[in-house]
Amino acid sequence: MTSASISSGDTAAMRRSRGHLRRVLGELLHHKLGAIGLVVVVAMVLSAIFAPWVAPFDPAELHYDAVLAPPSARFWFGTDELGRDIFSRVIFGSRISLEIVAVSIGAAMVVGSAIGLTSGYFGGWVDRVVMRVMDGMLAFPVLVLALAIVAALGPDLFNAMLAIAIVNVPNFARLTRGQVLSVRNLDYVQAATALGASHLRVMARHVGLNVADNIIVYASLRASTALITESSLSFLGLGAQPPIPTWGSMLATGMDYFDWPWMGIFPGLAIFVSVLSLNFIGDGLRDTLDSRLYER
Amino acid sequence: MWKYVLRRIVESIPVVLVVSVVIFSVTRILPGDPTFIVLGEFATEAQRAALRQDLGLNDPIVVQYLKWIGSLLSGDFGHSLRSHEPIVDMLRSRLPVTIELTLLSMMLAISIGVPCGVIAARKRNTLADVLASTAAMVGMALPFFWLGMLLIMLLSVHFGLLPPSGYVPFWVDPLANLKSMIMPVITIGTAMAGTVLRQTRTAMLQVLSQDYVRTARSKGAHEFVVVMKHALRNALIPVATVVGLETGSLLGGAIVTEAVFSLPGLGSMVVGGIFGRDFPVVQGAITVIVTAVLVVNLITDLLYAALDPRIKLA
Repeated sequence: MTSASISSGDTAAMRRSRGHLRRVLGELLHHKLGAIGLVVVVAMVLSAIFAPWVAPFDPAELHYDAVLAPPSARFWFGTDELGRDIFSRVIFGSRISLEIVAVSIGAAMVVGSAIGLTSGYFGGWVDRVVMRVMDGMLAFPVLVLALAIVAALGPDLFNAMLAIAIVNVPNFARLTRGQVLSVRNLDYVQAATALGASHLRVMARHVGLNVADNIIVYASLRASTALITESSLSFLGLGAQPPIPTWGSMLATGMDYFDWPWMGIFPGLAIFVSVLSLNFIGDGLRDTLDSRLYER
Repeated sequence: MWKYVLRRIVESIPVVLVVSVVIFSVTRILPGDPTFIVLGEFATEAQRAALRQDLGLNDPIVVQYLKWIGSLLSGDFGHSLRSHEPIVDMLRSRLPVTIELTLLSMMLAISIGVPCGVIAARKRNTLADVLASTAAMVGMALPFFWLGMLLIMLLSVHFGLLPPSGYVPFWVDPLANLKSMIMPVITIGTAMAGTVLRQTRTAMLQVLSQDYVRTARSKGAHEFVVVMKHALRNALIPVATVVGLETGSLLGGAIVTEAVFSLPGLGSMVVGGIFGRDFPVVQGAITVIVTAVLVVNLITDLLYAALDPRIKLA
């Protein structure tokens, strides 16, 4: 066997991985709740990307003639204590929330997978030490560890992202390690090693690619937890700082204005619908993958 | 059994070690000079240097860590930098609030989640099942702080039935205590009930399809007896595990819920400590929270083994 045949094997693995993801996505669209979740999340992502065109007003624009105005044809979700349009702020708030979730889960996925891959591939004392550290981090309730990290680094948008990424790293590391252990000793991996492929090459091209799709699916399952953590940090005043609009901070402001309920109801509804949709996707993926497992 | 308990305790030592290092490192890099918090802005440099020496901040970081661990083991959590109150006293007054909140929430979750889960499984694919499953999904997706806020708007502001915030200790006025706990408990219990409901439904569906349940039915046992005696008893084992493992989420939820309802528990102690840059307070509260999670996980593990005789302990 030559290196050319290994490369063609890599390409086949890559194609298989992409094909699997596409199939899972296709089946998700046939799962009733999964499809609803997917449609809502895609709509939210699009409205976040095109926020300046979707939102009727600038989120920081003050309407002195309409302070604390109730929902109306002009201000769909009403206005806040400074006369800012809540609908526009919810739309722009989705940018921050989705950005934090995407970046932090993406970073956690990359770092956690790399740790799990290395730990599972090499085994031995590296594995034991790394996994004990991961277990230690997993012992913390997610929000408690995130709070501690944000407290140490100072409350702002970047640190909230970093904290959410760090608290999710152990979950990805554990999952990846488990997956790696199940493929590490398969024939094609042994063959690649016997042919003299470097550890890095075997880890990245042969082992990594074959566990990638499960990790990506798991990332979608962690997204709703990340969104709740981000909103909780913002609610406690430890997320993105004013004037950046976030759903959590808008809700926290709403706590001081109970007589103007729209101030808190709509940002909370946005969080609720997002989390519910992400959970729908997660459930759909789980059902899809479970039925595939039973088919095997 | 004791061998198993000992093995689990020994296995958790490295985890406890990592946890302590994480807590120590994170809280020691809190921004801001602690001497400014204790002495204010107008103290002389000599006073600050003396305080740093006194607090042990000039020691190498490893020495500081070992001293901290030594103090913890002897039950000394240090003093608050701001109020100078012993952390142990603060924990003593706040711990009951969080324990009451989490225990009542757990009880509410179980009393809603288990019966609804059983009904959903028994009436699989009927309207009752769809309603229960939908309610579970909604409950699990409701952010604590939003639900808390909606409850305050409805029950306090609109109907004036309950106090919007505040806490009265149980031994001072039991009725007022329960009144102040109703909304926080509903807030946390609802989300937890969703998890318990789903777990009960799944476990019941698995158990109801087992041979021994069919045998019980074929022997002519009443359906109520089949469900309650044969099925539910076995289905509750995984449910008990999930409830135990959810302690971390419960305590995380307690932090936010205590902030919403101004309850003087561990959660508000952490948040107050963070805003006040009071690292001994943050350290103390987080240490207790994580220790509680570790202990409950250990107990859950042991209970699981004790409840299910098929699990070999050693």
